[in-house]
Amino acid sequence: MELDSLYQEVILDHYKKPHNKGLPVGEIQVHHVNPNCGDEITLSLSIKDGVVEDLIWDGVGCSISQASASIMSDLVNGKSVAQAGVALREFTELMQSKGNISGDEEVLEDAIALAGVSKFPARVKCALLSWMAFKDAAIQNGAEI
Amino acid sequence: MNPPFDVAAIKSDFPIFEEKMRGGKRLVFLDSGATSQKPWAVINAERDFYTKHNAAVHRGSYYLAEQASAAYEGARQSVADFLSVDSDEVIFTKSATEGLNLLATSFERSAGQLGIRAGDEIVVSELEHHANLLPWQQLAKRTGAVLKWFSMNLDGSLDLTNIDEVITEKTKVVAITHQSNVLGSVPDLPPIIAAAHAVGARFVLDACQSIPHMPVDVRAMGVDFLTFSGHKAAGPTGIGVVWGRAELLNQMEPYLYGGSMIESVTMTDSTWAAIPRRFEAGVPNMAQAVGLEAALKYLSNIGLPNIHSWEMTLTEYALRGLQEIEGVRVLGPQSMQARGGVISFVVDGLHPHDVGQVMDQYGVAVRTGHHCAWPLIRKLGVVGTTRASFYLYNDLSDVDVLLESVIGARDYFRKR
Repeated sequence: MELDSLYQEVILDHYKKPHNKGLPVGEIQVHHVNPNCGDEITLSLSIKDGVVEDLIWDGVGCSISQASASIMSDLVNGKSVAQAGVALREFTELMQSKGNISGDEEVLEDAIALAGVSKFPARVKCALLSWMAFKDAAIQNGAEI
Repeated sequence: MNPPFDVAAIKSDFPIFEEKMRGGKRLVFLDSGATSQKPWAVINAERDFYTKHNAAVHRGSYYLAEQASAAYEGARQSVADFLSVDSDEVIFTKSATEGLNLLATSFERSAGQLGIRAGDEIVVSELEHHANLLPWQQLAKRTGAVLKWFSMNLDGSLDLTNIDEVITEKTKVVAITHQSNVLGSVPDLPPIIAAAHAVGARFVLDACQSIPHMPVDVRAMGVDFLTFSGHKAAGPTGIGVVWGRAELLNQMEPYLYGGSMIESVTMTDSTWAAIPRRFEAGVPNMAQAVGLEAALKYLSNIGLPNIHSWEMTLTEYALRGLQEIEGVRVLGPQSMQARGGVISFVVDGLHPHDVGQVMDQYGVAVRTGHHCAWPLIRKLGVVGTTRASFYLYNDLSDVDVLLESVIGARDYFRKR
């Protein structure tokens, strides 16, 4: 079923038990909204010696947006800003690929499971919401990403 | 449950139903509350205008311009006939949204009793679509007027217990929907219209969800202004209607300035054309007006009472079916009392987007999310809903697929 390519097992796992979800406590907090569907995310992080740390997020949204936030938080926490930037660009490209690329698992780890989203244009924004919040927060923390 | 007309024949008038959806499924279109599908009669009317009559209306002295003007003004007359009003009271806009902005801005600019000033009060309700909230909310902000509103009860009705506090001597405009686009509830408008008129306020009816679906007698209702969009009434996109009482429109200032809407122009000043042209700057959406005329004639031939009756049959069947599905909660009105052909529901533990995504696999087109009515959704205490809305081309098998797809959505996530 085409639907199973969208709702991969790993996505539903992250949706049911999201990682790094809690009250964002960082000094700089970003709040992003998807006005089309009402999904919201608040996110904070710190950057120490060029490494992303303490990324915590909270939000409401569909399984895709929630799982994507959880996966993203696992992926970038503890990574250098440069590595996180590579993953961010790779993921953005994957989401905009309309199903034509499968993504590099070495770079994207669990986020590779979201590849199916790119075949459902209405859901791409759901998957990208948390990643754009991360990018915004990193920039506000002085990172060049 | 026999339909009052041949639904299969109606369906065949709408070419979109020949299209296949994901996985080769037939289209089960339950999103007419967002936009309706178009019959050949409308598509052909637009094509005929472009292929036979196209010229800028009200300008050229040549044969084709006369044809175009006659077609456009004929469309206006048809809208007037449909509403049982005078044709000079019918203003074409590009949408109902533009129509509501037109009214809000025109009130702001108008002198005397119709004008909106600091301290005046504007009244809306928590049911409103953003299109009938934001123009008034922002008008209040610009002018220093006060925005007030009727609260919504959880059954989708309006709380009128404090009507004397909401509508006061300071109220200038009351703008309320004829039917909630989210819940399908029909607010009890007569006491509100009476209260508005008792204090000399004007009543604006957002009829987007009613005009396409049921007979609406604007004169009997006693409203002062009404807006609706063509694309929700089997007509084209890019065309909407504002109707207003002539004696009020005659006192009102224009919304858009430009060609066609003037009486005389110098480098420093201008005077305005008579209504309705005063409110129609620029070359209008002519083919779309003609398409709307075809749509209203199409609906009238079937009969609005028949369309409404069939939608109520479909709604009752769907409402009962949804209420019986374990894990599904219908929001708003739980009975057929004071409601139209729109049902919102949530599935326990599931986000509406995920519900809609699974339903799509069955070929079912529904709207998910906040439906451009964020205050109403917040009041319901949900992140959004899944909404099914019905129209004349839907049949009972569409409802069967709806129910099957909702169960499918529930079980898809439950078993995984």
